[in-house]
Amino acid sequence: MSDRKKEFFTGVRDNFPLMLGAFPFGLIYGALAVTAGLSKGAAMAMSAFVFAGSSQFIAVGLVAAQAPVVIIILTTFIVNLRHMLYSATLLPYLKTLPQKWRIPLAFWLTDETFAVAVHRYQRKESPELAHWYQLGSSVAMYLNWQLWSYVGLVLGNKIPDASNWGLDVAMPVTFIGMIIPFVKSWPMGICVLTAGAASLMTLSLPYKLGIMVSAFAGIAAGLVAEHGAKKRAGMVQA
Amino acid sequence: MSSTEMVMSAGMVGVTFGIRYFLFAFADRIRMASWMETSLKYIPPAVLIAITVPAVVLPKGDWHLSVSNPYLVAAVVTTAAGIMTKNLLATIAVGLAAFFVYRLLI
Repeated sequence: MSDRKKEFFTGVRDNFPLMLGAFPFGLIYGALAVTAGLSKGAAMAMSAFVFAGSSQFIAVGLVAAQAPVVIIILTTFIVNLRHMLYSATLLPYLKTLPQKWRIPLAFWLTDETFAVAVHRYQRKESPELAHWYQLGSSVAMYLNWQLWSYVGLVLGNKIPDASNWGLDVAMPVTFIGMIIPFVKSWPMGICVLTAGAASLMTLSLPYKLGIMVSAFAGIAAGLVAEHGAKKRAGMVQA
Repeated sequence: MSSTEMVMSAGMVGVTFGIRYFLFAFADRIRMASWMETSLKYIPPAVLIAITVPAVVLPKGDWHLSVSNPYLVAAVVTTAAGIMTKNLLATIAVGLAAFFVYRLLI
């Protein structure tokens, strides 16, 4: 197998736990779309072309509430804004790639693929192949989402309540495993503690805005701590 | 698909792809201030923890800060496993096992 293929399939493999976590959500999305009165075509079009789970859920809810289309699109914008943080993080790694790579990798950028890919990029092993890894994770996540949202759509209310299976634990468990290697310094620890605490204090914010606000709080706390640490180091040297 | 659904889907595709692609489109021309570049490394752990903490403290949407919450117990076990093994796959396996075993027990 060529090195590129190997990277691609490692990306697929490392994505498995997150695919497991997304599977009940795909089923629930499909089932909810039917109940909300969305046509099958539109529900599948959203999975295939929007490909952003939380905004699809919220859109289905808004359709059921008969909200105007403009509101649905604006809400989607706000819910998905956090993806810009992801693309900013990946920017240094992707800037040398041609647009024919950047376009699909942007289209397939999700919470899960971001988490898996950033973990790979930071390992800094054969960086010239790392985008194949991200592609593998992207494609796997995409096919997984199409399959389960379609099954949910077809089965509708006939499936036993997928929200009680507990598979949704796969995402937090995987993310915890990925956060730990980052926490190698005091500023990083302060960043994580701040963002974690902030996420519980911003629960009342709608449209997943709490995630963005908490992330910014964590980043700011990390920067301040880093600045403080540098200052102290400077004083010791002098 | 109705025409309203068509407009809705197209709009959602437009804004979502727009957000994801905007920075990538100009990736080779964007110059970041040095403090911004420094701050990039804080984004992944900050975002991931902000998604994770509510998912384990309020797994079903309501506060559940107790030992009878298997999500919270699994999170604590996962953290311990992560620090001790320093191996992602083992950490995930231990975390998932802890969750399902604990749920059977309580």
